[in-house]
Amino acid sequence: MQGILAAENRHSLLIVIGLVAFLLGIGFVAAGGDLGDFGITVLSGLFQGMLLFLVASGLSIIFGLMDILNFAQGAYFMLGAYVGYAFHHAPAVITAIPNRDLRFLLAVVLATAVGAVLGVILERGLLRPLYARPIFQIVLTFGVALVMTEAIKFFWSTTPYSWTEMFGFREGFFELFGQRFSTYRLFVIAVGFVLIGAIALLLRRTRIGIIIRAGVEDSEMVEALGINVRAVFTLVFTLGCALAAFGGVIAAPFLGATSNMGNAFLLAAIAVVALGGMGSYEGTAIGSLLVGLAVAVVAKFATQYLNQSVWASITPMLLMVVVLLVRPRGLFGKEE
Amino acid sequence: MTEQTQANLLEVRGIHTFIGQFHILEDVSVTVPQGSITVLLGRNGAGKTTTLRSIMGLTPPSRGEILFQGQSLVGKRPYHIAQMGIGYVPEHRAIFSELTVRENLEIAQRQPHDLEKRADFIFGLFPDLKRLYHLPGGHLSGGQQQMLAIARALVANNRLLLIDEPSEGLAPVIIEQLMDAIRALSAQTTVLLVEQNFRMASQLADRYTIIDDGHSVMAGSMADLVQDRALIHHYLGAA
Repeated sequence: MQGILAAENRHSLLIVIGLVAFLLGIGFVAAGGDLGDFGITVLSGLFQGMLLFLVASGLSIIFGLMDILNFAQGAYFMLGAYVGYAFHHAPAVITAIPNRDLRFLLAVVLATAVGAVLGVILERGLLRPLYARPIFQIVLTFGVALVMTEAIKFFWSTTPYSWTEMFGFREGFFELFGQRFSTYRLFVIAVGFVLIGAIALLLRRTRIGIIIRAGVEDSEMVEALGINVRAVFTLVFTLGCALAAFGGVIAAPFLGATSNMGNAFLLAAIAVVALGGMGSYEGTAIGSLLVGLAVAVVAKFATQYLNQSVWASITPMLLMVVVLLVRPRGLFGKEE
Repeated sequence: MTEQTQANLLEVRGIHTFIGQFHILEDVSVTVPQGSITVLLGRNGAGKTTTLRSIMGLTPPSRGEILFQGQSLVGKRPYHIAQMGIGYVPEHRAIFSELTVRENLEIAQRQPHDLEKRADFIFGLFPDLKRLYHLPGGHLSGGQQQMLAIARALVANNRLLLIDEPSEGLAPVIIEQLMDAIRALSAQTTVLLVEQNFRMASQLADRYTIIDDGHSVMAGSMADLVQDRALIHHYLGAA
């Protein structure tokens, strides 16, 4: 995280601290001063922030390294949810693997692997011939998102699926100031923090991480140093798609699987990447948590005082507009 | 393969290079003898940088031949050309500003311990880099960044270094230090240099090729060129 602590980012850190304090204040008011209610709102914000991070981190790293805004990232999130749901609920799988926790774990592995394989196919098969034509790439990823969404509707119908086959871990609750909160959601938050740390370590402490960070700055120079940048592109694109599919499958037990979940997360993730600073990993991590917290707080406030839930869904875009008005390059983006 | 070819580490033969629709190089030939410092001279926009980029495969030529140790480079990707033993120090240095000096050097390793093995040589040439080892590249001065860019090209024990405008924008005292370093490194590595500063070029190089409006027009020994004031004035505007 040395990047965000640099002197040029002090202004951004102050904005982040100010926004968090403001959101926590609003959250406390919306909870009517009830610590339990307030705590649940904050945890819900962290839960949503972590799911957003899983879509936005791939979007951000892919954009930073390859200059591709992958509009299919939301579709990979949705695909992860459907594949995970289908595997976990398939009668044949239930018979073969009666242990529900194990089945869920395998569903996570399978959905992530499917996301990764389709990521490789998209990058190598469709995007690679278009590296000289960036506009075509954007149109292509948009088209792929539409095709994936329609394919999912074709195979699984447009009926939303909610997770009916429960598993032990999913059912647990813990109490916070007298309020019950799902241990599964806490698990997702923990997984999110572990992934934030793991990706940061990958970027900071490994050779491939150094190559990715260098490639974000100048991929031509990286190639001129003897590194096959196209292979790195494939790896990063695959990782981004796998992360999105992983996010979808771990969100599915709570959010279910619906054919519009991809677009909803994609739009919020684009807002996260823009407000965090295009291509900045740290900006994306902080932006995800900020947007997640804002959505949870606004949802609580709107339900309590405005009786209009629409405010929560437009919150990511509103927050992005506010941040970009104050800081046009995003919180931790680099000056062009 | 002729005897001449074997003595030359690099031979560029009649290359033509386009950037978009613009025909930048229209028949450029350069020979770089093993162990020499060869300089490409010419006015701004003559095609010197494009020649280096064509050798590296960054703007590949559409016609002509480039041979390195007798092997053709045409059609190869830049990473493959670099792996064959060519280091590139581009104009404006292209230092990774977010990476520390250490990371800028580590990324250039082709084998796990390249930097360890070459550290004495590199820090012998550029002792300042040792002191700046943990600073981000973006925090370095122009001269320090140039030293880092050259050091980065030395990590992998390349047989040929392509160095583009090393003196650009640097103070005279730093240019002197760089000249000493290039002279010292040329004992181990052949150098193809692009340099606008004729004084620096003439003091460093053994051989020259003049590129004018996308054509290579003259080549020979630097000792002969410095005697020919009229030629220098005609092609380079320097006296």
